[in-house]
Amino acid sequence: MIAESGLIFLWLAAMMALLQSLFGISVLNNRLENLFSGAVKITAIIQAALALAAFAMLLWLFMRVDLSVMLVAENDHWAKPMLYRLAASWGNHEGSMLLWVTILSFCGALLALFSGKSDQKLLSLALGSQAFLALGFFAFLLFVSNPFTRLNPPASEGLGLNPLLQDPGLAFHPPTLYLGYVGLSVAFSFAVAALLTGKADRDFAKSMRVWVLGAWVFLTIGITAGSYWAYYELGWGGFWFWDPVENAALMPWLAATALFHSVSVLAKRDALRVWTLVLAVTAFSMSMIGTFLVRSGILVSVHAFAVDPWRGSFILGLLGLYIGGALALFALKIGKIHQGNHFVLPSREAGLVLNNLFLGVILAIVLIGTLYPLLAELISGEKLSVGAPYFNLIITPLALLLCVLMPLGALLRWKQDNWMTLKWPIQISAYFFIIIEYALYLKGKWATAPMASLAFGVAVAVAVLCIWPLFLQKKKLWRIRLNVWGMVLAHLGIAVTLCGIASTELFSKELLTALKPGQQANMGSWRVHFDRVMPDMGSDWTAIVSDIRVERWGHSFTLHPALRHFTNPVTDTSETALKTTEAGQLYLVLGQQADDGRWQIRGWWKPLVTFIWGGGFLTAFGGILILLDRLWEHLQKRRRKSRPDERQRLFL
Amino acid sequence: MKPWLKWLPLVAFALCFVLFRLALSHPENPVVPSKQIGKPLPEFHLPAALPDMAGVETRQMKDGKPHFLNIFASWCVPCAQESGALMAMHDAGIPIMAIAIRDKPADITRFLNRYGNPYQAIGVDQGSQVQLAIGSSGVPESFLIDGQGVIRYQHIGAVTESDLPQLMTIWRQITA
Repeated sequence: MIAESGLIFLWLAAMMALLQSLFGISVLNNRLENLFSGAVKITAIIQAALALAAFAMLLWLFMRVDLSVMLVAENDHWAKPMLYRLAASWGNHEGSMLLWVTILSFCGALLALFSGKSDQKLLSLALGSQAFLALGFFAFLLFVSNPFTRLNPPASEGLGLNPLLQDPGLAFHPPTLYLGYVGLSVAFSFAVAALLTGKADRDFAKSMRVWVLGAWVFLTIGITAGSYWAYYELGWGGFWFWDPVENAALMPWLAATALFHSVSVLAKRDALRVWTLVLAVTAFSMSMIGTFLVRSGILVSVHAFAVDPWRGSFILGLLGLYIGGALALFALKIGKIHQGNHFVLPSREAGLVLNNLFLGVILAIVLIGTLYPLLAELISGEKLSVGAPYFNLIITPLALLLCVLMPLGALLRWKQDNWMTLKWPIQISAYFFIIIEYALYLKGKWATAPMASLAFGVAVAVAVLCIWPLFLQKKKLWRIRLNVWGMVLAHLGIAVTLCGIASTELFSKELLTALKPGQQANMGSWRVHFDRVMPDMGSDWTAIVSDIRVERWGHSFTLHPALRHFTNPVTDTSETALKTTEAGQLYLVLGQQADDGRWQIRGWWKPLVTFIWGGGFLTAFGGILILLDRLWEHLQKRRRKSRPDERQRLFL
Repeated sequence: MKPWLKWLPLVAFALCFVLFRLALSHPENPVVPSKQIGKPLPEFHLPAALPDMAGVETRQMKDGKPHFLNIFASWCVPCAQESGALMAMHDAGIPIMAIAIRDKPADITRFLNRYGNPYQAIGVDQGSQVQLAIGSSGVPESFLIDGQGVIRYQHIGAVTESDLPQLMTIWRQITA
């Protein structure tokens, strides 16, 4: 009965979505506006409650391991801990799409509940558009991806026990990314509403800003966590592979970053109206295209999901309807929307526009690189993959330039500023840059890794520029407003990540040697003692496990890289050993034994590699601080508003 | 804003849309030719999984007649899903041998009683040694073996009704 109730909740939610989109659109008629603007909010809340109920039913089925439901039988197992039973519910196609649409409805309900001050017409239309989006995805679930399909007769045992995916980081990776992807739907709906009413003013930007920022924070956390998981769990030693699914998450992030900056300009200075609308439509479109690329299986990726062309066609239809519809609306209506205020060079607006342009170009390059294999296969019939070399070659110089521009915009004043404002910060950071580049030149790094040398200097110089706004405030550090701190930390996080990437390229130490037990070797500043090897065995393998002690500056620990020998078929695998310290990461591999009794040992010391993800989380934390600042400001305004009433009451 | 400029996003998206549409209508051929094709079966001798049925060994497969070898387990859900298609092949007169992976006689009997028994013989592979040696990494998988004991086709995953025509074609090729 649980599965049937889930299905009923899903149908009811879909009907509510239909009703809500009809109510929403009827607001365009002025006479109906007052009648339906309340109804649209109520339906939004009911719709979200129904979607949540449907999702709760799915969670319940997974908790009970109800093997008479196909999805549960295929993905769950009674031996799993409770956390992974729950995670299994969204670790598959149908469940993850249900989560997707549940978050979409939930965002709609939050919008209905907490946007009291927004223009009512704009809000009703945005809610209508949100419901129309949800409707398509409800239909997708009900007609081609029903998560509640029964299995008759029930399975005797569940299938899902993939130990690689049983990791707390991975359990929460999809929901975090989805909150980001789908949070952008609100910006999309606001843009559609603005195009319909022809009003894209400061109020519109203020209504949208918090949503864009919230979605952006979730995307940042989701991408950073996913990158770290790939690094330590898959053990390939890389943190970004330009895999289509990674790009599918990166593209909305790039668009959301640009959108957040342009919506800030619109909210503050009433400029960039058209550009903000384009970005708001683009950001969520990138989320949907990402979902489509992942779910249809048309691109070859390490993230293997079930390939199903029919489902792919359905999502593509939705894509055409929503993105095509919004862009057609844009083309038809944008003429009626005034461009907004103009601005001059140099000003903060101009700096932000320049950053936006760079983000846009990088976004286009990632999109083209991701889709190129599809095009090439259609034209020549040959399979090819656009790998890291293409992306690294083209994106690295652009990203470095963008990093340099990033803090400069923040140093300029709104409206109009003087170039002299930038003189001191640029001068000081240039000194840092020159000193670092000179030091790297002396160490011979320029010859071996020119791009990484440049990037390391840029990272440090940019970090200096990033914290400069704190000194411009001429206040004690704890008196500076949270949004300034947020901006500084978010920008600084990018510099920290860049520093991590450059330093692993520049300073990684590699060891390739052959040792007998009892012998030692040096790897950079580390002393490596090869203590002994011990035999070990499992069900279908035997292994040689080594004890390798590494020490530096009085710290020492022992790692156990091993060599496994599978008997059937005969295969040797290396079990690498990893150790993370504050300063970096050690990576050891045990190789084959040579005739003279020595063992091959490979090792890497990757200094500051953790900066890559540390920077990502710092950036997200900056975003959270800005959100807190908005919340604080909102509460302050409320208090200020209620004060005059009190005074009046006192006088009376 | 120039009038043509405002249509630019829509045109760009339309191009992407056409690309996606074409990519979808040219679905990737799901059959990746297996590396095992053309290789002889490794030598193995598996004991009978059930007291009243024979076990499976390589010698049986070299009797000059083609064989269908199915790797399954009673604890595997897709194996239950493919039982219909396997019964259809059995009814069409194709002899099916099976290797049960990490299984118990009681469970196998229950499985066969529930979903039907298309098998001529079932050998049990407790440690997955034979499974790995044949080049199979999961259940269910199926192999078409010619009369000389050479692997002619490998099917990964459950055999569905829609796979039957292709399997029958290959079967007829091997028989002829």
